[in-house]
Amino acid sequence: MFDDRYTLAFKRYPYKKSPDQDAATPVRHPVVVMGGGPIGVATALDLGQQGIPVLVLDDHEGVGMGSRAICFAKRCLEIADRYGCGKPMVEKGVVWNLGKVFHKDRKVFEFNLLPEEGHEYPAFINMQQPYFESFMLDRFEAMQAEGAPLEVRGKNRVENVIPHDDYVEIEILTPDGTYTIEADWLIGCDGASSPLRTMLGYDFTGKVFQDSFLIADIKMKSENFPTERWFWFEPTHGQGASTLLHKQPDDVWRVDFQIGWDVDRKEEMKEENIRRRLDAFLGEGVDYEMVWSSIYTFQCKRMDNFRHGRVFFAGDAAHQVSPFGARGANSGMQDVDNLGWKLGMVIRGEAPDTLLDTYNEERVHGADENILNSTRSTDFITPKSKVSHVFRNAVLDLAEHYDFARPIVNSGRLSVPCTYDGLSLNGPDALIGGPARSRPGSPCPDAPLGDGFLLGQLGSRFQILTIDADAPDSVTEDGVTATRMALSAADDTTGALADRYLGTTKSGVYLIRPDQHVAARWDSYDETALRAALRKACGKE
Amino acid sequence: MAMLNTQPNLAKADDFYARLIAVHDGLSDDASMALNARIILLMANHIGDQEVLEQVLAAAKLD
Ligand SMILES: Cc1cc2nc3c(=O)[nH]c(=O)nc-3n(C[C@H](O)[C@H](O)[C@H](O)COP(=O)(O)OP(=O)(O)OC[C@H]3O[C@@H](n4cnc5c(N)ncnc54)[C@H](O)[C@@H]3O)c2cc1C
Repeated sequence: MFDDRYTLAFKRYPYKKSPDQDAATPVRHPVVVMGGGPIGVATALDLGQQGIPVLVLDDHEGVGMGSRAICFAKRCLEIADRYGCGKPMVEKGVVWNLGKVFHKDRKVFEFNLLPEEGHEYPAFINMQQPYFESFMLDRFEAMQAEGAPLEVRGKNRVENVIPHDDYVEIEILTPDGTYTIEADWLIGCDGASSPLRTMLGYDFTGKVFQDSFLIADIKMKSENFPTERWFWFEPTHGQGASTLLHKQPDDVWRVDFQIGWDVDRKEEMKEENIRRRLDAFLGEGVDYEMVWSSIYTFQCKRMDNFRHGRVFFAGDAAHQVSPFGARGANSGMQDVDNLGWKLGMVIRGEAPDTLLDTYNEERVHGADENILNSTRSTDFITPKSKVSHVFRNAVLDLAEHYDFARPIVNSGRLSVPCTYDGLSLNGPDALIGGPARSRPGSPCPDAPLGDGFLLGQLGSRFQILTIDADAPDSVTEDGVTATRMALSAADDTTGALADRYLGTTKSGVYLIRPDQHVAARWDSYDETALRAALRKACGKE
Repeated sequence: MAMLNTQPNLAKADDFYARLIAVHDGLSDDASMALNARIILLMANHIGDQEVLEQVLAAAKLD
């Protein structure tokens, strides 16, 4: 029997028998992705755009019902935009900037994310995770229709994996029994409890937090609940040690109660008990409909190594963080963004296999940053000793009266992309006076350009971005071509381009990677230096 | 590197000490602990310098 482990929000890829199941010998695929969650589908989009055939295997037939992630950050949307599905997300999502922090029933302070002007995408949108996944699947299907070599097989559960030096054997269970395929490369995007990790015996280490959270997504037609993030420490309604209220599309609000470690899950999940908490929180007479609820606990953990030969791990399978800060799906998208171009180059024979080790180097760096931030938020929200509780409340009490304490209040440090400072692929930072935010290793900041924006016009390949500087139209080094994009500071009358890429200087030359991270920068074009940086960025040094 | 001053620096040491004790007058242990935490945070912000604060943390451990 093939049992579902969860219910579906959208059935997208019903099981269909594949000819592979009747093949006499196992069929070989270039890339197999295990898991069709957001990260697995994004991986397929990245590689599919490069024309690389990808087979996604998922043990369900579509998008899971649980909303889980609601906050999607700018960088994640910019990546989705490169995959051709960022715009519908922003259309559907709720853009928010205001947050309020309460302690007991007093407002401690409010903050405004004050988004910087001149970016195509907002700092954050809120949207139910099933929509996020659906927009990517829409794109997946559109690419298939355009002839991209992409395939997803529903009700295909990976049951065993045998890695070899030059390929991976994959045993799959379906409603019609088992079959075996082979893959040149396998990418495990099979979620936080990753069966692949278990099959291969890899550790997942870190910290488990002893607290549970009850989530209720509720639909309300009330005007009293605005498009803001409201967070209570020690709310007086008595329903838990903290509460979060945050708006999503379709008049749905996320309510998240911290309810402690020793709870009877079954009791807590009864609708009448959830309603009791909600009524105490919302007050009498608020009408709402329950859309989804769940109890979750969490951990901050990661694998020691995200690459094991021909097997990669990405997304929650590789690392898990607490939801405070919205760093789960947002960082998983950055994994994909990082792995996609590297694997593409290695498959095309443009770069050595060792380039793939830098996926591990760079994304472990990212995961550690996310784990650090989310662990600190968790320690602030759920203090685990008397003294940490005393300090936490001292910060809240002071924040109500004095500005200095407000930045110490930590109800989640919201996801920002990491800069790969000091890592192997970075070339020189030879732009004196250049702004820190676009130093080598940084994701390129967006800026207005013509009728559109810079990032939408930078492609998914190596580029030489020149601003008021000369350079050849393209440079080819050892089979890899970097193409020039020639700009002038005057192209952006708002001054954002100059501010974000030139700082106090007048001209600049940037080498930009296919994932739109800066590889190196100079004040003028130097052929030898650029060639060396291009080699380095491809893992050839 | 900025150094933590561990030499006498309070002009009227007895006065400050008396005020520090007096400000806790009538408080329960819990309220005193909370007050101390607020005092520490205010002083830490005033110092500001992470290097000096690290030295404070280390010096206070007495080891
Ligand atoms: C309460 C909560 C709130 C969150 N809020 C946010 C937020 O605001 N922002 C944010 O960015 N992130 C958030 N997250 C995290 C986010 O939900 C995850 O990071 C994200 O879902 C990870 O995606 P994934 O594709 O790596 O894994 P998953 O979404 O877990 O997908 C794994 C897929 O693999 C499939 N699979 C598993 N085993 C097999 C097998 N043997 N064979 C075939 N397929 C298999 C599963 O069916 C599933 O489809 C939140 C999480 C929780 C719990």
